[in-house]
Amino acid sequence: MAKVHVSTTINGEPSEFLCEPNDTMLDALRGPLGLTGSKEGCASGDCGACSITVDDNLICSCLMLAVESEGHELRTIEGMAQGEKLHPLQQKFLEMAALQCGICTSGMLVASDALLKRNPKPSEEEVRFWLAGNLCRCTGYDKIVRAVMDTAAEMRAQ
Amino acid sequence: MTELRYLAPNSLDEAIKAFAAAGSAGRILAGGTDLLVQMRAGVVKPGLIVDIKKIAEMTEIEQTADGGFRVGAAVSGMALHDHASFGKVWPGVLEAVNLIGSKQVQGRASAGGNLCNGSPAGDSVPAMVAAGAIVTVQGPDGRREMPVEQVPAGPGRTNFKPGEILVSFTLPPRPKGSSDAYLRMIPRTEMDIAVVGLGVSLTLKDGVCTAARVGLGAVAPTVLLVEAAAKALIGSKLDEAALNAAAAACSAACRPIDDKRGTIAYRTKVAGVLLKRTTAIAAQRAKGN
Repeated sequence: MAKVHVSTTINGEPSEFLCEPNDTMLDALRGPLGLTGSKEGCASGDCGACSITVDDNLICSCLMLAVESEGHELRTIEGMAQGEKLHPLQQKFLEMAALQCGICTSGMLVASDALLKRNPKPSEEEVRFWLAGNLCRCTGYDKIVRAVMDTAAEMRAQ
Repeated sequence: MTELRYLAPNSLDEAIKAFAAAGSAGRILAGGTDLLVQMRAGVVKPGLIVDIKKIAEMTEIEQTADGGFRVGAAVSGMALHDHASFGKVWPGVLEAVNLIGSKQVQGRASAGGNLCNGSPAGDSVPAMVAAGAIVTVQGPDGRREMPVEQVPAGPGRTNFKPGEILVSFTLPPRPKGSSDAYLRMIPRTEMDIAVVGLGVSLTLKDGVCTAARVGLGAVAPTVLLVEAAAKALIGSKLDEAALNAAAAACSAACRPIDDKRGTIAYRTKVAGVLLKRTTAIAAQRAKGN
């Protein structure tokens, strides 16, 4: 199969890669682009471990073709920290032990970040509904929800 | 293995030409939340994917001069949610579209894809049927319009002709005192497929229902327009007798299957229950309009 050349922007950096027409964005991220922070949990859009944003829109990268990224702005978990400085959500997840095995964590962080950008003051119910598409098989949901709520409160206070 | 080609044309004419030429090997890509899963599972092996999201008409939400809406077939649930006025005019359609999958799925999935996927349990379809949406489709022989309820032909099948692509939904202007609602029965609160889904759109004048449409999903091979239920509501003050008659009409319209989500008896009963609950929500909203 002929490879397709794709030009896109990932975490603010212009990026080019080659892919097969039926590769998913997740395949491209974890393969040629070497960005393995996005995880493959289910590959069917159910688990959210591969969450990224495309033009600030939260999606599952396993449900997008890599070729579709041409000309768009993607953000992945790798773009969340500023150098060595963790994003407040990342810091809070660490402090509150809002992760166990860690497979769901990058998806949880990307999804939570997308929520707080849209809604800096979510209710607990809104956090839970927003994260309903992110599955944690360690079932550590309470700590995750509390970490997101605490981060939101801290970010509002700043 | 046949080679897969991907096209993302800027014009509808170009998309139709390529899609029609590909015949049964062609697949339309909007949000891809069904297509990519089907490809992954090996259920479909397309030779050509036509991505319609670069065609402006497919991704636009437009309020028409008469107060109606035209929603492009590839508009995502999140884009519809974020529109300034759509959800105020059509809260039932919006809540139905927004029930499809997670926030991540909402970022991609469209009402157009939900309709074309042909699932009897698609959440947006009963609400669109209740709303009286007209779809615009275009194919090699030109453009035509059809009522949304005429699109599904059976599970996974539509009445589109070969080479035809769904372009948009047109929702009519709303008379004063109108609103709509959609409810689905699932055994949990989120992320599930409807056991029964029901949409109601109605107009009230001085407490009397002057117009109504009822769409019913997941209880037959296709989503149904239940005209007998609407007839029972129209002319009434939505009193108990009228609601009972409309509920009975919904139950009578059911031709469901037994499956792991629900039995025939359960689905048939719940269809009537949902008619009453959904009508109550739509009526409450209509009073404020």
